[in-house]
Amino acid sequence: MSFIPSAIPELMCTSDLACERDFRVLYSGLSLSVKAGELWHVKGCNGAGKTTLLRQLAGLHPVDIGKVLYPQTSIKIIYIGHKLGLKEQLTADENLSWLVGLDGSSTQLQRYAALERAGLKGYEENTVAQLSAGQKRRVALARLHLCKADVWLLDEPFTSLDHQGIEDEQDWLNQHTLAGGAVLMTSHQEVSLPQVNILDLSQYAELSSSSPSSGGGSST
Amino acid sequence: MTQSIWRMPRWFHQMGSPKWFYGFGGSLQPWFALAAFVLLTWGIVWGLAFAPADYQQGNSFRIMYVHVPAAILSQSVFLGMAVAGAVGLIWKMKVAFMVARSCIAIGATFTVIALLTGAIWGKPTWGAYWVWDARLTSTLVLLFLYAGVMALNQAIAERQIAGKATAILAIVGTINIPIIKYSVEWWNTLHQGSSFTLTAKPSMPADMYLPLLLTVLGSYCLFVLVVLMRTRTQILQTQSGTSWLMQHRDITGV
Amino acid sequence: MIRFMLAIIRRDLLLVARQPAEMINPLVFFLLVIAMFPLGISPEASLLSQTAAGVIWVAAMLATLLSLELLFKLDHDDGSLEQLLLAPYPSWSLVIAKVFVHWLVSGLPLILISPLIATMLFLPSEAVPTLMLSLLLGTPTLSLLGAIGAALVTGVRGGGMLLTLLILPLYVPVIIFGASSVAAAAQGMPGDGYMALLAAMFVFALMITPWAAGSALKL
Repeated sequence: MSFIPSAIPELMCTSDLACERDFRVLYSGLSLSVKAGELWHVKGCNGAGKTTLLRQLAGLHPVDIGKVLYPQTSIKIIYIGHKLGLKEQLTADENLSWLVGLDGSSTQLQRYAALERAGLKGYEENTVAQLSAGQKRRVALARLHLCKADVWLLDEPFTSLDHQGIEDEQDWLNQHTLAGGAVLMTSHQEVSLPQVNILDLSQYAELSSSSPSSGGGSST
Repeated sequence: MTQSIWRMPRWFHQMGSPKWFYGFGGSLQPWFALAAFVLLTWGIVWGLAFAPADYQQGNSFRIMYVHVPAAILSQSVFLGMAVAGAVGLIWKMKVAFMVARSCIAIGATFTVIALLTGAIWGKPTWGAYWVWDARLTSTLVLLFLYAGVMALNQAIAERQIAGKATAILAIVGTINIPIIKYSVEWWNTLHQGSSFTLTAKPSMPADMYLPLLLTVLGSYCLFVLVVLMRTRTQILQTQSGTSWLMQHRDITGV
Repeated sequence: MIRFMLAIIRRDLLLVARQPAEMINPLVFFLLVIAMFPLGISPEASLLSQTAAGVIWVAAMLATLLSLELLFKLDHDDGSLEQLLLAPYPSWSLVIAKVFVHWLVSGLPLILISPLIATMLFLPSEAVPTLMLSLLLGTPTLSLLGAIGAALVTGVRGGGMLLTLLILPLYVPVIIFGASSVAAAAQGMPGDGYMALLAAMFVFALMITPWAAGSALKL
């Protein structure tokens, strides 16, 4: 993706996005614009809907109110959620092979290189069940190096990683945005990178009135 | 408002508003209650007490006045549930899912009544409480379908997902019902000679037929009444934070 | 899209190869259930041969149900189902790919072992080709219909029992025609009509189930 100084391409945007769970509104009126090169840190307390937002942006959660738009015609999104999406009985290499094989292909050389970059040199032929939690996350993240995706949607990507791993990952996030990609992530940890846009989900939360005497609760 | 591939008139979308449904449904409720009470009482009393006895079966056929409406309703309600579910899925109406959910219990009840009265009817006619007659067996399978929808509805915690899942199941079930009925009828003719069906023939004299019509209509009114009541209750339960409902409470004191 | 479906098929077959129990268990279950009938009823040849068609079909149905629960559950639990749904291909293609593997692993072995079962239950040998053909046409339908239930109960606790409850009514037509075809063949009558009906049901299931299961997965 080339960098045009005057017009930065918009990769993803939402228009008045809202989400309900059990008739309780998690967030509403969310209009977000994600441009190339941006890194967004979605913040909010537990239960605020951070994961649901990421899933709506990925297309996993149904969007009943509002819209999610992808202005670029062909956009590639990688979503890595709480559950890593790895099959325990397959090796790290095999897992990457099928994950990438869903919409593309890869050679073993490329996969080994990605695993090495993720810090798993020598573990390529171990089944995922034999790896530690942090190593499993590294396998999932290795996919980021294999697929040339525009937008990375990462839910708590630092979980289980050791100190070095967290540093490495922040490095990758930085490189990705410099190359013109975009990142949306949730994390309870602070991201120490130069340009971080903060999205505080509690701003969009619905004010719920529980007592009948309090005047206007907003209509759904 | 909501987008879909089919354009529907404005009143259709208006029905999907919980507030409107609560109000309009509330005004309709007493009428349906009255109609159900009048039609059912008239039909059942006439049928059970005053209609002429059937020359073949004597008085035991009178159970038909309860059995036939129950059987008809059991199928209609399932279809209605599927239609409501489809409406909810296509036009994303929460009220439609509530209507579908209201249908489950009443439909299952009609099915059980149909089965029980079928058994009661069967004893004097065939000498056995249960026979694997085509219609009874299909009704039994229908009861299983209802049980499945009920179980699925209760098993899924999140209400909106439950509504969509039960809608899909209801639609799949409805598509399958004709196939199931055909296959069971076919299976039945294979294994039994001529089976005496439990439906009375259409060529009945008027004073036998009319009470039946009354009970069928009355049952439909009862069904609509129950759906209105249950849907409105669900609206109360789920819209408790909204302004229109709180104003309503302030006015009515409910 | 074909490559997508092939990738799923290849992955699932690899998983079965790593855990052969997934393939063996339904087969053993099938044999056990078959063995239960003579034990529970009577080992008399005349009685068994009369009921053989129905018994085999019911056992096949139960064995299919047993393995259906895991169709989507395992993928849901480790998050790989999400990744499959994220791919830019329609969800019904994913359903077809997974149902195909499920049938290969649970339906095909049943078909292959059915001649042996026929002998155990004294089914006349002239009915065996009909038996195999009816299973060949019927077990994919069972897998397809079951996929709807499996998709609906994904992520629900106690899904296995609920799944059975949901799907069994839908299985009624398949059981009726499948068993009747074999019973007719055992009596020397032609089973063409039944086969046509079974084939029609398979085509019908192939048309509606991937859509229904795909929608249910996205919930």
